[in-house]
Amino acid sequence: MQIYLPIAEVSVNAFLLLGLGGAVGILSGMFGVGGGFLMTPLLFFIGIPPAVAVATEANQIVASSFSGVLAHVKRKNVDFKMGTVLMVGGLIGAAIGVRIFNLLKSLGQVDLLVTLSYVVFLGIVGGLMFWESIRAMRRSQSGAPVAKRRHHNWVHNLPFKMKFRQSHLYISAIPPLLVGIFVGVLAAIMGVGGGFVMVPAMIYILGMPTKVVVGTSLFQIIFVTAFTTLLHATTNYTVDMVLAVLLLIGGVVGAQIGTRIGVYLKAEQLRILLALMVLAVCGKLALDLLLQPSELYSIGAEAGH
Amino acid sequence: MLRIFVLLLALVALPLRAEEIVAGLSQEHVDITTNFDGSEILVYGAVKRDAPLPAGDLDIIIAVSGPSSPLTVRRKDKRFGIWVNTESVELGSAPSFYAVATTRPLDDILSPEQDQTHRISVEQMIRSVGVEAPREDIRDALIRIRAKGDLYQELENTISISEDTLFRTDIALPANLTEGTYHTRMFILRDKQVVAQTDTVIDVRKVGLERFLYNLAHDLPLVYGLLSLFIAVAAGWGASTIFRYIK
Repeated sequence: MQIYLPIAEVSVNAFLLLGLGGAVGILSGMFGVGGGFLMTPLLFFIGIPPAVAVATEANQIVASSFSGVLAHVKRKNVDFKMGTVLMVGGLIGAAIGVRIFNLLKSLGQVDLLVTLSYVVFLGIVGGLMFWESIRAMRRSQSGAPVAKRRHHNWVHNLPFKMKFRQSHLYISAIPPLLVGIFVGVLAAIMGVGGGFVMVPAMIYILGMPTKVVVGTSLFQIIFVTAFTTLLHATTNYTVDMVLAVLLLIGGVVGAQIGTRIGVYLKAEQLRILLALMVLAVCGKLALDLLLQPSELYSIGAEAGH
Repeated sequence: MLRIFVLLLALVALPLRAEEIVAGLSQEHVDITTNFDGSEILVYGAVKRDAPLPAGDLDIIIAVSGPSSPLTVRRKDKRFGIWVNTESVELGSAPSFYAVATTRPLDDILSPEQDQTHRISVEQMIRSVGVEAPREDIRDALIRIRAKGDLYQELENTISISEDTLFRTDIALPANLTEGTYHTRMFILRDKQVVAQTDTVIDVRKVGLERFLYNLAHDLPLVYGLLSLFIAVAAGWGASTIFRYIK
């Protein structure tokens, strides 16, 4: 069934959108990532104008994250205090990120920089997670005692200490705030929720237990992407409600299924799967940069820079 | 004296006006509804003659053009091992949709000078920012990319003429259509010269839900944004609740 999107001004198959939303939603629920880093390139691929894809995707992530977070709240896997600190950082970061995005746009090379940041960050995050997960699995297989992550690093020597009961942490508020700002900047530039950076940052930098990481990440993503959606809707008029509804119907259902699948997987397995997926997307984008494209020319939406 | 002059002028002008087009469209407006999946328009007409049938071949050209806008065409090149946009050329205007239907190959029935005057071929429709013609590789790339999406169509030999009078053709408008006024021009040609021309318009408009959402997004962006968020949160909550009951 073809459906015409009022803002994107293209006609696409409604079932294709429902399916894409569902597939990405399952992954979102499983891993606590918004799924934007998968969905945004997929939307480009089926012919949605990039500006509309980025803005609408932010709106869709709000829905799938909200659906996902409710399931985590029920199991008390959300650290609201930590989530709020991260969110405050995220909102500041998103505002800065939008400024940077517009600056790059005026310089004319925004596509390249977005793709490059995808490749660099997906590569680093995916590689680190993959390596770490393999090591963890080896250790548990060989039967050797799992070395407990060192909990007293530089993070613990900063002022403004706060108690994060859900995460069993007593650390300074500065690192989570900085992580939030950093992820917010990335999220605005790359048009994603930022979960794929947030999740490893929470595990490796903040030392949060894997159990609460997914729910807390989803919690703060809701607010950052909602803020991004409003910014896009009021400045660029690029949020397509029809596209968003189709994606989110598939997305929210998928997220529910994904959360339930995630329960049956071990943390290491979950991490290694997410790492492989992140690396796959990274590899695809890197190939696009390295191989000669079949069409060297492209049409910009409008004149000017 | 003046009267004789006017009469003479009228006599001279008469052969040129000997043939006229009476045109029709199967529909004068295209409504973009939610399930819009392209539209086919039947363009038909008749050649009206006051004088006997002139000698030579009769040819018809029908050109449908969508709203024009300026745009930028970029070219990629390999720099530091990766493919990046190295060059961008701004074009003054190019139609969002363009279809040319003809009775015979365009080059056989239209002289280059007449093409330039009447701007019939798609190449003539693409204008650069300045006075000069747009760069050929840029223009060709634009035509190639748009032709792939059925936005630029060269429909040679698709108009059928019967009895040297009646003609018709079908123009397929693709699903990814831009809103606006679509000009339909029809030309009668003899000896590669345009002897008569007529214009009609097709109105392409979003209607119903499409119209409502588009207007809301542009007129009340904050309301539209908040509504989008509300739908997102409601859908997320709804799915969560439904799944809890299923369990």
